[in-house]
Amino acid sequence: MSEAEGKPVEKKGAARRKVTLDPRLAEYRGVWVFVERDAEGVHPVSWELLGAARRLADQLGTVVGAVVAGAPSEALDADSQDAIAYGADQIFVAAHPVLAGYRNEPYARVLCELVKKYKPEILLLGATSLGRDLASSVATTLETGLTADCTELAIDRESRALAATRPTFGGNLLCTILTLNYRPQMATVRPRVLPLPAKDRRRSGEIRKEEIDLCEEEIVTKLVEFLPHAGGDQVDLALAEVIVAGGKGLQTAGNFALLEELARALGGEVGATRAAVQAGWVDHQRQIGQTGKTVRPKLYIAAGISGAIQHRVGMESSNLIVAINTDPNAPIFEVAHCGIVGDAIALLPLLTRAVRGQLVVETTIPTGASASS
Amino acid sequence: MKERFDAIVVGAGPAGTAAALTLARGGWKVLQIERGEYPGSKNVQGAILYADSLQKLIPTFREEAPLERHLVEQRLWILDDRSYLGSTFRSPDSKDGQPDRYTILRAQFDKWFAKKAQEEGVLLLCETTVLDLLREGRRVVGVRTDREDGDVYADVVILADGVNSLLARKAGIRPELGAGEVALGVKEVLFYPQDTLEERFGIQGDEGVAIEMVGKITRGMVGTAFLYTNKESLAVGIGCLLSDFRREKIPPYVLLEHLKEHPALRALLRDGEMKEYTAHLIPEGGYKAIPKLAGDGWLIVGDAGMFVNSVHREGSNLAMETGRVAAETVIELRQAREPLTERNLRRYRQRLESSFVMKDLRKYQHVHEVLDQNRHFLTTYPELVNRAAETLLRVDGVDKRSKQKEVTQSFRKHRSYGGLVSDAVKLWRAFR
Amino acid sequence: MKGPNIVVCVKQVPDSAQIRVHPVTGTIMRQGVPAVLNPYDLFALEEALQVKDRLGGRIVALCMGPPQAEAVLRKALSLGADEAVLVSDRAFAGSDTLATSFALASAIGRLSQERAVDLVFTGKQTIDGDTGQVGPGVAKRLGMQLLSYVCRIPVLDMNSGRIVVHRWTEKGVQVLSSRLPCLITVLEGRNEGRFASLPEMIRAARQPIRVWDRKAAGIEDVSKIGLKGSPTVVGKVFAPSRRSERAECIEWDLEEPEKAATALWEKVLSRQPELAANSSGGGSERKGEEGDSE
Ligand SMILES: Cc1cc2nc3c(=O)[nH]c(=O)nc-3n(C[C@H](O)[C@H](O)[C@H](O)COP(=O)(O)OP(=O)(O)OC[C@H]3O[C@@H](n4cnc5c(N)ncnc54)[C@H](O)[C@@H]3O)c2cc1C
Ligand SMILES: Cc1cc2nc3c(=O)[nH]c(=O)nc-3n(C[C@H](O)[C@H](O)[C@H](O)COP(=O)(O)OP(=O)(O)OC[C@H]3O[C@@H](n4cnc5c(N)ncnc54)[C@H](O)[C@@H]3O)c2cc1C
Ligand SMILES: Nc1ncnc2c1ncn2[C@@H]1O[C@H](COP(=O)(O)O)[C@@H](O)[C@H]1O
Repeated sequence: MSEAEGKPVEKKGAARRKVTLDPRLAEYRGVWVFVERDAEGVHPVSWELLGAARRLADQLGTVVGAVVAGAPSEALDADSQDAIAYGADQIFVAAHPVLAGYRNEPYARVLCELVKKYKPEILLLGATSLGRDLASSVATTLETGLTADCTELAIDRESRALAATRPTFGGNLLCTILTLNYRPQMATVRPRVLPLPAKDRRRSGEIRKEEIDLCEEEIVTKLVEFLPHAGGDQVDLALAEVIVAGGKGLQTAGNFALLEELARALGGEVGATRAAVQAGWVDHQRQIGQTGKTVRPKLYIAAGISGAIQHRVGMESSNLIVAINTDPNAPIFEVAHCGIVGDAIALLPLLTRAVRGQLVVETTIPTGASASS
Repeated sequence: MKERFDAIVVGAGPAGTAAALTLARGGWKVLQIERGEYPGSKNVQGAILYADSLQKLIPTFREEAPLERHLVEQRLWILDDRSYLGSTFRSPDSKDGQPDRYTILRAQFDKWFAKKAQEEGVLLLCETTVLDLLREGRRVVGVRTDREDGDVYADVVILADGVNSLLARKAGIRPELGAGEVALGVKEVLFYPQDTLEERFGIQGDEGVAIEMVGKITRGMVGTAFLYTNKESLAVGIGCLLSDFRREKIPPYVLLEHLKEHPALRALLRDGEMKEYTAHLIPEGGYKAIPKLAGDGWLIVGDAGMFVNSVHREGSNLAMETGRVAAETVIELRQAREPLTERNLRRYRQRLESSFVMKDLRKYQHVHEVLDQNRHFLTTYPELVNRAAETLLRVDGVDKRSKQKEVTQSFRKHRSYGGLVSDAVKLWRAFR
Repeated sequence: MKGPNIVVCVKQVPDSAQIRVHPVTGTIMRQGVPAVLNPYDLFALEEALQVKDRLGGRIVALCMGPPQAEAVLRKALSLGADEAVLVSDRAFAGSDTLATSFALASAIGRLSQERAVDLVFTGKQTIDGDTGQVGPGVAKRLGMQLLSYVCRIPVLDMNSGRIVVHRWTEKGVQVLSSRLPCLITVLEGRNEGRFASLPEMIRAARQPIRVWDRKAAGIEDVSKIGLKGSPTVVGKVFAPSRRSERAECIEWDLEEPEKAATALWEKVLSRQPELAANSSGGGSERKGEEGDSE
């Protein structure tokens, strides 16, 4: 990344540097989350962010704010209530017809105005197509630092700064980035990287309806139409509880059917490596990893996947990782919890049958022998 | 109107770039064409660079070129299955005080070298493959590339497209390579922290070590292995005649794995992270395999002309030397206003004959035959010398005279007196 | 009607597939890592070329980087860019995305003085920075309309200055109607790259590249570029921690593969019992059927 490349990297970290914050910046207080919404509701990444924001705010001894924007509607109010349940203390509601459907210009304007008015010290957004678009514009307008695609958020104790950790150099390394003398400190975080906090309906918070000064005539770009992706395209890997993923080791497009069957038996989804996507065996919607989706299912089965770092960053926080690979030295076994060194093409159909309960193993073998397996 | 160049050079390896650079310095308008993404992107070498031929072209290369380490130590190991007997030569520098050989990474070196040629005015096109020579009658007048509108013309075409030289074969300039004339070299580059390398090899700063290996590791096939130190990596490789690989049906990477597992290497290679694995052909036909080197409007240089001294593992220097000499020949002809005909271009070969290039290649012209017909050089002897060393060095209560006797007997058991003597003669002749 | 004046931002990046991490210190080993044109920017360039194919106009390839970055500009030229500008100055070292967008925006401003810029194209993101922030940042600084993640440009009318684009989102495509000048970040994989002809290659190899230092790029205020102009600071760089335990491997016996499959599934269930309910075949009837047939 450009940041990491140019600057000298101190071993112990810039964190050691004692910074006296410009008094004007010291006024900035509170950890904010921009709540990403569309017609169907709130993007779960926003709730994940509220969980992190709560933790950060508690460490800083400050409050959690949430910005909820959109056309005036009941849903807007309901989403504001939900934001409280997920951990926000203050909700800043921006309701205006111009905000129906996301567009960069009005959203960036509203968010910049709110930040200037309330001065939060941290502002978090999801690393989605919307979040990235909006965050970059807001950060540039406010001339402050923005760290993209973070995987971990913490507070640097000495400087009270947000320590945002993200993969760099093609996922080979992680780096922690601080924004020391600028406020707010901004970061985007990928969906599914942070855990979803529990929803607590008993929490209370303050809802502020903001005066929004927008008029449609001033907005250059018009939203003409929204064309939802065709059904097949709409795989929501990020939310799948079980993912059966395949790589180059499956050797042919046809063998991906074996994955599909196992996925069906498990009630899960099929995922893939970039190598498999590039071979044209699967749609790129199903790619998992640095340039694909990040997932954290309960069960992740990796069949014929070497476990390149770029793939691992997308799946290593899965609860249980099972690897099937012919190569005992494949790096995937470093992240997997259990696995089999063997031919996935032969094993997958058997595993499907085992899952379906169709596989009855002979029990004539003396128990001593079977216990050894 | 189609654009014309004075010369087209096919390939941006050491041979092609040496030729292009020399021509450009002579005021020629040169187009150089390389199929790789950049010069060196596909090129494979051990890689040791010998200073001499490069120094003639770029005297200041030591300050500028991306060199890895200069060799202060060269080891020669004769291996059997678990031990080796070896010799070491170590000296901080060569006689004129400047190192005469370096390890390099070709991807970087070739790029730098090509840049030097570009600075002299060579027009280099990458990601472009030459498909064919264009002729008018017998005369080569240009090349056809794989790009749209891809014909381009010149007074002379220099083929520097490497050992495979599809062009030379297609144009009937060179016969198909016999499997006995090329070796297949496989090589791995493994990453290590600099200090690990310094510790393991007893070197510091830019010092480097080269280990050449022969013996049972090639399983009786004609070939050698090597281990070279780069700045932050080791290059380890093994090469054997392609015909031997075919006969023995041993996949090259198995041989390399086997080599890496040898007790002598295992310790040196411990904890390396593999960076790349490459395989490449090496022309090993020697003097006798050298084809016709020039014709009307064309010359052939470097590996394409089979210029490799396999005994001393020299190739890139011969490539640069032949590239330069070819260029000088055509420059001289033009200055003398003589046409670039087959007859006139014979001077190229004549000049090579009187240089170290042909002298060295003639010297070793029989090595392969001898080895090929006497496989025991590659299997029995390494075993014998290693056991002999073991016997002599072990302190086990047996007196030294009896040990010597035991050694002599072991040699005689495997080879008759006559055999031993004739082996010695054969070897002496081949390497003389 | 004159064709649009287009700027395409391209960056030189290390080929991250070949980057290695030092096993002990966890630092980056760059030795021998080749630099390439950011692959995402090839899609941006191709989109611009397609616009030029349809409407004519001019394409300037713009890069900020060290002198060696000239190589990627040559590549852009060979693919059909008409001109190339390299913005290169030591003062830019250490720039983060905010500072980079400032420098690029200044250079584009400078180009606009020669001839008004109608369209700027950037890649979706780089493979080294991976932020996707520079494009939107440039748009803001230039006051251009930002159209990000664009996968199609169905309408571009130079007379009225109207442009319609398809903007990709996770759930569908937004059809946006906007006005020039605008900045478009191009989504990958929507177009096929092209292969330059030999005369074009020769032209590109010959063409001089304009190299601008800070001043030439119109930057007076050094506090906005390089380290000074970069709010973000790299605290530390480290290798991801590996789990120490390796996977527990189940014996795979070629004679009895069924056993391994069953054992694996049991292992999964022992760690994640709730999966039994998930799996469709968990139904006891089917197990019964199987039992009957035996
Ligand atoms: C900038 C960048 C971004 C990237 N982003 C991503 C990304 O988002 N996602 C991603 O996945 N990759 C990504 N990659 C690519 C990544 O580096 C790897 O190349 C890729 O993940 C490898 O895919 P693979 O495991 O399917 O293939 P391979 O690495 O070829 O591995 C195949 C494996 O299958 C095993 N195998 C072979 N036959 C069998 C068999 N019969 N049964 C069982 N096992 C078998 C082999 O032992 C091997 O381990 C990215 C790379 C770069 C440079
Ligand atoms: C494993 C191994 C170890 C070696 N070790 C050493 C060593 O230690 N020291 C040493 O001096 N030598 C060594 N050599 C030999 C040395 O690498 C070669 O002799 C040398 O590279 C020859 O240079 P060249 O320019 O003739 O060919 P190459 O370096 O092969 O260059 C040919 C170029 O032409 C290009 N090309 C080919 N066809 C076309 C086409 N149709 N159109 C356009 N471009 C084309 C290729 O991409 C390539 O860049 C080794 C070789 C190998 C394989
Ligand atoms: N130094 C640079 N020079 C030219 N263009 C750049 C540079 N850095 C980023 N870009 C452009 O901005 C896009 C997004 O980059 P990034 O924000 O680094 O992911 C890239 O795809 C390029 O088009």
